[in-house]
Amino acid sequence: MVFDVSHLIDYTLHLADDALILGHRNSEWCGHGPVLEQDIAITNISLDLIGQARYFYQYAAQQINKVHESTGEEYGLATEDSLAYLRDTREFKNCLLVEQPNGDWAKTILRQFLFSAYQFYLYDELQNSTVGVLAAIAEKSLKEVTYHLRWSSEWVIRLGDGTAESRRRMVNSIDELWMYTGELFASAGYESGVGEEGIRLDLAAIEVEWIGKVKEVFHEATLDYPRPVFMQSGGKEGIHTENLGYILADLQFIQRAYPNCEW
Amino acid sequence: MITHHIHKETIYSYLEEVKDPEVPVLSVMELGIVRDVILHDRDSIEIIITPTYSGCPAMDVIAMNIRIMLSTLGFKKIKITQSLSPAWTSDWITDEGKRKLIDYGIAPPNPRQQVCDPKLFMSDEAVQCPQCDSYHTHRLSEFGSTPCKALYICDDCREPFDYFKCH
Repeated sequence: MVFDVSHLIDYTLHLADDALILGHRNSEWCGHGPVLEQDIAITNISLDLIGQARYFYQYAAQQINKVHESTGEEYGLATEDSLAYLRDTREFKNCLLVEQPNGDWAKTILRQFLFSAYQFYLYDELQNSTVGVLAAIAEKSLKEVTYHLRWSSEWVIRLGDGTAESRRRMVNSIDELWMYTGELFASAGYESGVGEEGIRLDLAAIEVEWIGKVKEVFHEATLDYPRPVFMQSGGKEGIHTENLGYILADLQFIQRAYPNCEW
Repeated sequence: MITHHIHKETIYSYLEEVKDPEVPVLSVMELGIVRDVILHDRDSIEIIITPTYSGCPAMDVIAMNIRIMLSTLGFKKIKITQSLSPAWTSDWITDEGKRKLIDYGIAPPNPRQQVCDPKLFMSDEAVQCPQCDSYHTHRLSEFGSTPCKALYICDDCREPFDYFKCH
């Protein structure tokens, strides 16, 4: 079977980058959460996401090394660490939503909810893909994402249907983040590419389920489902908001300054 | 040490001595993460383990502790393979493991079908307080001190306690 492995590599990196960048963003709350229990919750979610990113990076690294072996060209060995720490912004394929700044608690919660709802239906489909490793990672991670989705849904409701202040913050967050949701369902080149090879992800079907979930939770939270707005995109293809550069400066500093240092 | 008569069962009994660093009363066998032991030859062995949670830092420590244990048995080539599918479930914790959790002050997981879905405001029914056995308890937080635990409080004896989440 002829398999264009570059699509598979890009797609795997895309999944990894989404998880890593959101995991990193959430980790910025460590020690700053509004109350201790929720500080622990958001950093637990962070840990799950970074763990998922590691599995995806390990698989991507294997595939990259196989290609390098077969072409006989001299490259350094790809590892989960080299992929996380030594790529530049243009090479990152995460969606724009996950790189948005934490803002206040409402914005962090909403970002988590919008992304977890997407990731839940995505992994639910991905666990049936014919690429065994990706299916296994999705099957494993889906259990964790189930907790993330329930937790973030409940917080959207608590804040949306809470005090005037919490509601105002939640409405502002919707205004700030909604424009980044369209990209989740706009297929990048490699997403169509892997579709031909067994990872048949029906983004349109995932979008329908996602809208259903968001409407259900917003309704419960007494929040209006937003009207259509212009949707930003580009992250999945490596064109990011300026935020990603700052994240990578923080995330990659040690490995850039002290190559191969261990901790 | 002479290794050429080591059987799988012997390895399993040694694995009973490798504990989860975060929950030191549980061995990796009781935690239900050892999927298989493959003896290739007298100094080569492979252990297949299933991680509990993706980001759980204990997994790396557990793999290292298994490696150390096997090398003291004389194995030279030790491979520890992670198997993700079927995904680990808290149903794989042994009955003995669940009993040890209670003695350690952690409520063991309820059977899995109860709460592993994203429905709003779902929570486990009737989590029993490991201190006073009361079922009159409620959840303080879905996430606790490690990825595998949630934080509960007993409404009778007022003790807060960890609950090993169903997963």
